[in-house]
Amino acid sequence: MPGTVQSIERAAAVLRLLARSPRPLGVVEIANALSLPKGTAHGIIRTLHGVGFIAQDNRTGRYRLGKDLLRLHDPPIDHNELRARALNWTDTLASRTGEAVRIGVLTAPLEITIVHHVFRPDDSVQVMDVGRVLPAHACALGKAVLAYHPDSSTVLRDASLEAFTARTVTTGRSLLGQLSTVRERGWASDVEELNGGEASIAVPIRDQGGAVVASVAVTGSPKTVCDGGRNPRPRLAARVAETSRAITGELAIRRE
Amino acid sequence: MANQSYVVAIDQGTTSTRCILFDHAGRLASVAQREHRQIFPRPGWVEHDAAEIWRNVERVVPQAINQARADSSQIAAIGIANQRETSVLWERRTGRPVANAITWQDTRTASLVDQLSAEGGTDRFRDRCGLPLMTYFSGPRIRWMLARDPVLREQAERGEVLFGTMETWLIWNLTGGPEGGLHVTDVTNASRTMLMDIHTLTWDDDLLDAFQVPRAMLPEIRSNVEVFAPTTTVLPGVPIAAALGDQQAALFGQTCFSPGEAKCTYGTGAFLLLNTGPDPVRSSHGLLSTVGYKVGGDDPVYALEGSIAVTGSLVQWLRDRLGLISSAPEIETLALEVEDNGGCYIVPAFSGLFAPRWHSEARGLIIGLTSYITKGHLARAILEATAWQTREVVDAMNADSGLALTGLKVDGGMTSDNLLMQTIADVLNVPVERPMVSETVSLGAAYAAGLAVGFWPELKGLRRHWHRAARWLPEMDPGRREREYANWQRAVERTYDWLQHDDDGPGT
Repeated sequence: MPGTVQSIERAAAVLRLLARSPRPLGVVEIANALSLPKGTAHGIIRTLHGVGFIAQDNRTGRYRLGKDLLRLHDPPIDHNELRARALNWTDTLASRTGEAVRIGVLTAPLEITIVHHVFRPDDSVQVMDVGRVLPAHACALGKAVLAYHPDSSTVLRDASLEAFTARTVTTGRSLLGQLSTVRERGWASDVEELNGGEASIAVPIRDQGGAVVASVAVTGSPKTVCDGGRNPRPRLAARVAETSRAITGELAIRRE
Repeated sequence: MANQSYVVAIDQGTTSTRCILFDHAGRLASVAQREHRQIFPRPGWVEHDAAEIWRNVERVVPQAINQARADSSQIAAIGIANQRETSVLWERRTGRPVANAITWQDTRTASLVDQLSAEGGTDRFRDRCGLPLMTYFSGPRIRWMLARDPVLREQAERGEVLFGTMETWLIWNLTGGPEGGLHVTDVTNASRTMLMDIHTLTWDDDLLDAFQVPRAMLPEIRSNVEVFAPTTTVLPGVPIAAALGDQQAALFGQTCFSPGEAKCTYGTGAFLLLNTGPDPVRSSHGLLSTVGYKVGGDDPVYALEGSIAVTGSLVQWLRDRLGLISSAPEIETLALEVEDNGGCYIVPAFSGLFAPRWHSEARGLIIGLTSYITKGHLARAILEATAWQTREVVDAMNADSGLALTGLKVDGGMTSDNLLMQTIADVLNVPVERPMVSETVSLGAAYAAGLAVGFWPELKGLRRHWHRAARWLPEMDPGRREREYANWQRAVERTYDWLQHDDDGPGT
């Protein structure tokens, strides 16, 4: 039986103290109130400040509860804001890879809604996919989100899943196996599992707190997305991962 | 040259200052941004602290460089794009601004502009400078600032106090400030002062007289694409190789290099610019004649411009002043809660009406209110206001050019709003296209700077970087479009004649 973690108890005490205080408090005041060495208090305060749970008053240097703590209960990021923040980075991804880019969010247990779509940069006629709903089990966007979703094992354990091509995964059990691979390597893929002639690589997008809120994917012909053996190219996956990190960075820039 | 991988663009905009690095393929490599304060001392007055803006430049440039894991030896050049018409005066000796910068949205010069118009009509200077007499431009602002302080006027006459729009202010600071800073502007920014002859591209004595502006305080006018000077701070040694007004930069970034090509940028305001080639075209439908760009010693390229003062800033107003949304993109979420505007229209004549109507005495209104209206309807009405204002400018552009626009190239932050882009396609009844880089203001500044130093060999080759990232097709029923347009126009007409003379405070 593992014991309790002292620093977390102390952090909780700092938060309680600040929540009760009618005014912002300085490091020494916090240390004294909780009988902590000043250095310890300072470390805890810096960490809490780093995760956005407490904020520092610019003028006085004192601390109060942070907006992110008050937002713990908020709904996940607004889809339209996600698109706005991702825009520059998804453009760059499409431009670098020559493939179409999409961002999807889970809007039902097994449904992905496309919230952003950048055309393949070849100036051919393409149709905006924003608002389209995809079966999560049959696409890389879906698998990248399901792999980190707390309900996935319950939802998928005995599920039988609709087939869209001969390659679609149709049992929850085999999908769960794939999702564990997704977690190991950090990216998901589908090769002609939703549409013939189409392959995708997707990476989850995390918010500043580390939770997966969406996924971003490149989609193209299996000839360009995969190598000769029809395996998705890890180099391409690395590019998508880079984009996902840039978007996370954009989400982390605090709202004023 | 081999290891020079990037061009730096500084976009000094109305609400924020951005620094973006672009690579050889015109792709965005990193971006850093910082907002500055909007100062509203009285109704109709909008100011910025120029010193704060300069500090922001000093911060965002190193941030963007670090983000790309680059160093200054990899930077081929710096290009600057800026909010236009915003005017600042500063002391040459200390580098201190004598007051806050007065922004392009500021309407404090209304009485002065009325007085000058009464003497000879709104269009009395149009043949010379391409612009009607409006509070929008810098000339009246300089006269207003100097008229308030005889000492300041004397200092300006002696060249001890300098005038600049934001590119001038930044270049002066980047090249040494009080220690020999370069005092220059470019043809596009100068074309928005009402002080430059749009044909000769030089300061005009008659215009300087009319606005009582001493020549000694004015910067030297340069082309957009040339090496101005190496910077002495921030990125020491890297040449500043381009400066353009932000809207002209976007025209350049969208590679609208041929007559007939147009773009519309959606930011704080929205600005539709049409390349009209080597001669300025005089509009008979409320558009502005302006310099599009000038590459080094080449002939200038002119543009017709439809300026809309309030688009993104209306969304910010909903966010900051009414608090109905917590971030600008959430307006789309709010608007999608309802099917339509519920009969409600918002005309954001916050700084009067710009193109094509030019009613400086108009003020904003919300009309069609019933108890049925929710905040969702207001959000719809706000997005529709941007779309209908675009429609009015496009109609004017079509009337002036005699040609019907067949598609609209858009860019800017608001192009991430899917519903807005769809609505614009619906009300214009033409496809709307967004290019792969929606930061075209910065891209244009980068292109211009990169051309000046040979990072990119020639203008035409830049077109190869343009790719369509998104396209919205019109879906609206024609009958509904006509009915809604008629309603919008009735709403706009009701904003006229609101401000009475000598109104300069609440309740007066």
